[in-house]
Amino acid sequence: MNNIDVQIKNAFLVEKECHDFVAHRGAGGIAVFVGTVRDQTKGKNVVRLEFESYEPMAVKEMKKIAQTVKDQWQALKVSMHHRIGILGIGEIAVIIAVSTPHRKAAFEACEYAIDTLKETVPIWKKEVFEDGEVWVAAHP
Amino acid sequence: MKVNILAFGIARDILGKSEADVELRDGNTIEELKQMLLQKHPKFADLASLSFAVNEEYRKDDFHLSEGDEVVIIPPVSGG
Repeated sequence: MNNIDVQIKNAFLVEKECHDFVAHRGAGGIAVFVGTVRDQTKGKNVVRLEFESYEPMAVKEMKKIAQTVKDQWQALKVSMHHRIGILGIGEIAVIIAVSTPHRKAAFEACEYAIDTLKETVPIWKKEVFEDGEVWVAAHP
Repeated sequence: MKVNILAFGIARDILGKSEADVELRDGNTIEELKQMLLQKHPKFADLASLSFAVNEEYRKDDFHLSEGDEVVIIPPVSGG
């Protein structure tokens, strides 16, 4: 499985690490998605985000996504890094990089990976505002 | 039988702790555990979804639990 790199880190994420991992002689394109911390939600100022994970299962679920990306989009290499802990505005929460022979598949695979990560991977995010905090998506 | 429960995110806030041992009858399913939790902590009913994982895999409500299983309460995830 050395074509798949999945990591959960309690440290700054580095885009170049993901990009370098997916570099491949057979690649015609590399798509990289970088998810960052926005400064507001519905008009309320965000002070920071706090991420936590059920790490062994989160890694397993991220590997499943990476494997699907390889199988369905013929991706050559896939790298997915997610950060946990306390993040300030503008910091990187997640990076997904995919290399494929042709560019269209790279875009599609990258979008599938981030969309699915948000649905299935056991990671939770708390938004901390100036006057309170909320677990994102917890309530309907 | 005894199962070990872990709770993350808002589930931990509702449970009041991150871990608990729960005594269930042999052969009980996730559904029975869920009802037990809802009865003790009605706030679980307010969540947008309430899923469970057993030994690091998502399992449906009719899944039979076994002694020593690690069961994780999974409130709506929000990674990314």
